[in-house]
Amino acid sequence: MTTTISRRRVLRGAMDGGAVCVALPFLDCFLSGNGTALAATGTPLPVAFGTWFQALGFTPGRWLPDTVGRDYQNKAELKVFDPFKARMNLISGSKYFLDGHPLATHITGQQIGMTGAIPTSLASAPSIDNLVADVIGTRTRFRSIEVSLDGSRRSVSIRAGSASRTPAEPSPAALYTRIFGPEFKDPNAADFTPDPAVMARKSVLSYVTDARKAFAANLGAADRARLDEYFTSVRQIEQQLDIELQKPAPMQWCLRAEGVTEATPGGVTTDVEINNRLFAKLLGHAVACDQTRIFNVLMQESQGGGGLRQAGSTESWHGWTHEEPLDDKIGYQLQVAWFVEWANKTFFDFLHELESIKEGPGTVLDRMVILWQTDHGNARTHTMDALPIITVGNGGGRFRTGLHISIPGDPTTRVGLTIQQALGVPVNSWGALSNQTSKTMTEILA
Amino acid sequence: MMPLLPARSRHRRGIATAAVIGIACALLPISALNAAAKNATPSSLPEAEFRRISAEQYRNIIHDVFGPTVELGGRFEPELRLNGLLAVGASSIAATAVGMEQFDAIARSIASQVVNQKHREQMIPCQPAAVTAPDDACARRFLGKVGRLLYRQPLPGRQLDAHVGAAHVGAEGVKDFYRGLALSLGAMLSSPQFLFRKATLEPDPEQRGGYRLDAHAKASQLSFFLWNAGPDLLLLKAAESGELNSRKGLARQVDRMIASPRLEAGVRAFFVDNFRFDDTVSITKDVALFPKYNAQVMANAREQTLRTIVDLLLKQKGDYRDLFTTKKTFLTRELGAIYRVPVVGTQPNGSPDTWEPFEFPPNDPRGGILTQVAFTATHSPAGRGSPTLRGKALREIILCQKVPAPPGDVDFTLVNNTTSYNTARERLAAHATEPMCAGCHKIMDPIGLALENFDGAGEYRTTENGAPIDASGELNGVKFSDPSGLGRAVHDDPAAATCLVNRLSAYALGRVPANAKQPWVALLQKSFAANGYRVPELMRTIATSDAFYRVAPKGEPSPPKQKAAATTLPQPEIRK
Repeated sequence: MTTTISRRRVLRGAMDGGAVCVALPFLDCFLSGNGTALAATGTPLPVAFGTWFQALGFTPGRWLPDTVGRDYQNKAELKVFDPFKARMNLISGSKYFLDGHPLATHITGQQIGMTGAIPTSLASAPSIDNLVADVIGTRTRFRSIEVSLDGSRRSVSIRAGSASRTPAEPSPAALYTRIFGPEFKDPNAADFTPDPAVMARKSVLSYVTDARKAFAANLGAADRARLDEYFTSVRQIEQQLDIELQKPAPMQWCLRAEGVTEATPGGVTTDVEINNRLFAKLLGHAVACDQTRIFNVLMQESQGGGGLRQAGSTESWHGWTHEEPLDDKIGYQLQVAWFVEWANKTFFDFLHELESIKEGPGTVLDRMVILWQTDHGNARTHTMDALPIITVGNGGGRFRTGLHISIPGDPTTRVGLTIQQALGVPVNSWGALSNQTSKTMTEILA
Repeated sequence: MMPLLPARSRHRRGIATAAVIGIACALLPISALNAAAKNATPSSLPEAEFRRISAEQYRNIIHDVFGPTVELGGRFEPELRLNGLLAVGASSIAATAVGMEQFDAIARSIASQVVNQKHREQMIPCQPAAVTAPDDACARRFLGKVGRLLYRQPLPGRQLDAHVGAAHVGAEGVKDFYRGLALSLGAMLSSPQFLFRKATLEPDPEQRGGYRLDAHAKASQLSFFLWNAGPDLLLLKAAESGELNSRKGLARQVDRMIASPRLEAGVRAFFVDNFRFDDTVSITKDVALFPKYNAQVMANAREQTLRTIVDLLLKQKGDYRDLFTTKKTFLTRELGAIYRVPVVGTQPNGSPDTWEPFEFPPNDPRGGILTQVAFTATHSPAGRGSPTLRGKALREIILCQKVPAPPGDVDFTLVNNTTSYNTARERLAAHATEPMCAGCHKIMDPIGLALENFDGAGEYRTTENGAPIDASGELNGVKFSDPSGLGRAVHDDPAAATCLVNRLSAYALGRVPANAKQPWVALLQKSFAANGYRVPELMRTIATSDAFYRVAPKGEPSPPKQKAAATTLPQPEIRK
């Protein structure tokens, strides 16, 4: 008797059977079984992972579908995603647990959503993109790319043990130069000659490494750990140089992105719409050219006096969540609902731009998994439950999509854990205290 | 200002000999460097700490060493504010990967400018034997001189060897001496020894069992505090001669530095950090609502307040508390439009950036830095003013009082139903009557409401939505009826002066003073009052204090633990 053991079956068995650490390495043989993940050349195309953080949630009553499963109907605020419904999952009902910590509104949810934990010291747990990057982001020119849509330089990405979030790029023009400027090497160029200047830079960095390490003498443990972040960052530069010195693997569908004409980076909605599309194109081309396999998009910081706003309006989206009364007739905040629909349309535009970057019979979106999260279930009252989470893309066949899944009262980390496992991170649990979980969402693992 | 690097010496004697020595040193095996690093510091010393230099300090050092014509392209990664200060956050950050990419790009840009045709004659004290090949002797002369200034101490032999060797392999790789030298210089500018200030310790002969900063660390401590830059050649010499370790010698150097025009950069740097003016660069306003406002106005507004501070504290040698009441300031034409006062430039070309001294009349509601655009516009959203944000800023920035974070799951029903209001005072009245909100809002709103005469961009107004503005308020039991009254109340509040001393001492140390240093802080408080609240005198007292250079002896209590949630990420949201 022969028994076919699918990857999914192995995972299900492992997870249901208890705490077994299952590593799912990035195996090309998996890719070869997934038609659209193959380029016309037969070369497997790598999986990519993105996050999209959109503070201020959705409007209660305007998004939660009436049914779960495959045949659910999107309500008003999610209607815009209908064209992507088969390639998305909507996960409803999850919760951020405070475990006795005070609620730092708009901050705590972001911390748990991205790192699975509320930090108890300045040294943060790593955000999910970094955990995934450790597995799939080590062979690209950029380990990850962070952008913000509101003009700020903040991202939601943070390295293990760091006190600083990775800076985000608010300017599409600057991002274009960073990725596709003079240092970009076309992976499909016929000739490749290592640049002597890059070789010299690499030699020089190697030569001074030990002199730099002398700085660590007599530092305490905490400061040594802090200095490690510096050396990790330096190694990343060295790795970039290594990659520049090797002939890049051909990426058949890679096209150098066109130059961009950006709107003023900032929080005005009409400008955000323009820059969002530009960022999507740049990130899509960056993935198509294998310059990165990880990206993080922060739609807005809702703190302080900034945030997203319509030109000429005295109030920001965040401000409206506080200032606008519930409309007696419709039962919700009209301005806030406008912003939610606008933000979702913006995310739709982002996906649509990615989808426009063709890779043979498919698109670059086909080999991505994008994790959409928010900070509050109801921004008006800062609730931490009944949260929406969205995933987009099947990661080249690693993920099942098209479902609305309700996980009432479960930690949000279940989704992140499942994504990590699907993308090959050797982990069987994720998060801390009540936000910790080892319950894989087997229904969305392919 | 001339760069600190001496002009090229024409002495060629000995170059050949030095070249031989240079090559011999450069070829030392890397393993030898490793072993040396491990043995470099006696293990009996307490652990040293380090903090990252700020973007402004980076700029100042580059301009001091290479002159103002070397430009810094690129952006630095954002710094971290802890306990109210970026200077304290600098002790908790290193460099993110993206941040390092930016440091690296900036360093390479600077290095390539230093060796280019325009600068090399002035910057590099020798010429290579051949432009297309390494010249270790010349590289050693240049890197030794520049390294001492960049690292704030002479480079230990093997460090210098490593950089000379790096220049050698770089020059060989690109077949160009200068480009090789630039690669090594770029590596120096990206090194931890340049980017971080390390508090290296040595036994303190005056404190049994205690430790103090070594002379070079002491020089850096002093220089970054007073000038916001690295030590100059005189200070380095004082460190190397032992002068800094004598009280008289230290006092001499402090006197010199306090008397220097460079003290202004130090004072500005502290107030930019303390008053959070780093935020002002990202402030935007809706042009439809505030047509007079633009990025240049905001830059001028920040400069206006800094000029007010420098004039009162340094030039007039005035009382710090008078910053909140002074009618004297400086304006440009553009600011004059916001303040609605005529500003006439005196320069022949009529430059709009010409700064003119200006004094508001005694009965004018405007006066003191709290009524200036830099404060009122910064602490407002893009489309309107915010009494709550302004009140919170005043409490936290000026008085060092922490406003608690708002509770979660707030029921906004009551507040949200107050739809028919004309003024912020009417809107915020809901907070005063709602117990869940009132506790915190009562310590913010009555202060901020006194500034309601200033709209979201800082322009004076007497009505809001057609209704007259009532600018009365209260601070810690002191009532007032207008912005001037608020300024006087802050002036007279003992917390203002106490806060300044606490912040300045934390700024100087790069951390909240440990419990064992509290008696020193208490002495600073008394000294500040006794000296008529003169900030330069307070800086002198700090700079000549033993406590400023001593580190916690064994058993000294640690500073209060810094919490992450409210500090690593943006400050908790508050109701506006």
